[in-house]
Order: sequence, then C-alpha cells, then structure tokens
Amino acid sequence: MEPYPKAYLYKRIVQAKLLMDERFMERIDGELISNEAAFSHSHFIRLFKQVYGVVPRVYLSNLRLDRAQQLLDEGCSVADACLRVGFESVPTFSRAFKRRTGTTPAAYRKVREERARNMQEEPLEHIPNCYAMWLGWPQKRDPG
Amino acid sequence: MIARITHLSVYVLDQDRALDFYTQKLGFKKHTDIPMHGGGRWLTVTPPEQPELEVALMPTSPWGPWNAENAAAMRKLVEQGMFGFAAFKCKDVRATYEELHAKGVEFTMPPTQQPFGIIAVLKDDSGNTFSLSELEPKKGKRK
Repeated sequence: MEPYPKAYLYKRIVQAKLLMDERFMERIDGELISNEAAFSHSHFIRLFKQVYGVVPRVYLSNLRLDRAQQLLDEGCSVADACLRVGFESVPTFSRAFKRRTGTTPAAYRKVREERARNMQEEPLEHIPNCYAMWLGWPQKRDPG
Repeated sequence: MIARITHLSVYVLDQDRALDFYTQKLGFKKHTDIPMHGGGRWLTVTPPEQPELEVALMPTSPWGPWNAENAAAMRKLVEQGMFGFAAFKCKDVRATYEELHAKGVEFTMPPTQQPFGIIAVLKDDSGNTFSLSELEPKKGKRK
C-alpha cells in the first residue's frame, strides 16, 4: 500500500477538486487541474485516485453528468443540459449519460417530469404513510 | 424482522437554509419537496451514495403533532446542539474535512486519530452534530 498523502498535500488535492466542482462546465483539462494542485500530472492523478477513488477525468465526467441530472430534474431540455454542463454534442452527452445512469437523458427527463406532476397531483404517494398520519394527513390507505 | 431504515428525521431551524446546507455543502441530493397541509413541507434529501435512505429535514415550528410549546422546546434543544447526533461515513476523513472546512462548515473536532480510526465532528447549519469517519479505516501512520 502506498503511503498516505501528508496533511499539507490534502489541501492541494482538495483545492483541485474544488476547482473542478466550480468550473466543471468549462473546458478544463488534466494539466490545468494538476497545475492547480502544483503536482506533476501523473503524481496528481495517483494522489487524487487515492483520496477520491477515481481518476480526475472520471470524477469530472461524473460531476457533469450529476449536474445534468439536476438540470433535467428542474425541467431543462436535453440540449440545454448538455451545453450547460460542458459537453460539446448531444450524442456524446447521451452516451455518457446512459453509461452512468442506465437510461437516456430524454427518457430520464420524461420519468422525472411524470414524477413531478404526480407529486403535485398525488402528494401522499410520496410521503410514507406513517409520517403522513403522524403529521396529521391521514387520508392514505394501508398505513405503513 | 426489521430489514432496513428507509427514512429518518433531522430537525432543522430553517428548511430552506438546511436544504442549501445539505445539498450545496454536504453533497446530499434533494429527493422530495412537497407542500403539506397547515403550512408544512415534506422535504427529504439523500446521502450522495445512499439514494435509498431519505433524510427528512423536519421543521421545528408548530405543525402537525407539534404545538407551540413543544416546537419551542425542540427548537431550543436543536439550537443548543443537544438534540441530533448521527454518524457519517466517507472515503477519506482528511480530504472531506479540508473540503467542507473550505466551504465554511463548522467542525467541533478536526480529523483526530483515535484507537478505532480517524474521526472528525461537524455541525450542520442548525446545530445538529455529526461524526465523520472512514468507510474502511486505513492502516498506517498519519500525522
């Protein structure tokens, strides 16, 4: 097993992660990120994976796709979500999205739209029976 | 036989502020947000890697079974940090500490080596306390 990064190294790795968190929608590459951490590229990749379990490129891609999910939840179109999280084309975005979530962005958006509508029309379907009863909303059947 | 926990409650002083804290600082995901009768709000979030566990951010205001007196007592306990305590797990306590600290999260204990592993203790925006430890305690020395 490799030795752990020393305490001061954590700050630099975390700073690089926070840079990705903040600027994930821009064209940021590995060199820029490792420069932020003031490491050589290969050393940075190794330390980042040690701390976060994935290499920076995968972390950045997952970050973009997670944010895309949130945007789709909020009603963004697929094309808009794609551009806003930094993908250059919808087909590339859709393939990456499907790899991560198992479904296409369009299908995901449709399911979430239906859920949001159902939440408005049948709110009690989304609150556990026991909580609803306890909170004084006892109209549900089959209390849980 | 009880199989698993699906929902648990964290009492918070302000639901909007707590939603921001749990999603923007701790990285939780908003799951459900529904207005309820009597001005209440059913608001749940899920931990980043545990989407099946909904944490209900419950208000400390008179609502549902809570009358004004009980709600005030609960609010006081939460404000004083005397009510909530739970344990979070993460991959790396030091990295998580550095990140949350940079985001302004208050820690009452920085990462500290204990005989059973390294832990840190943080407070949410309401005053609830959470310990932070590692999923798989690492072997080896740390500073």
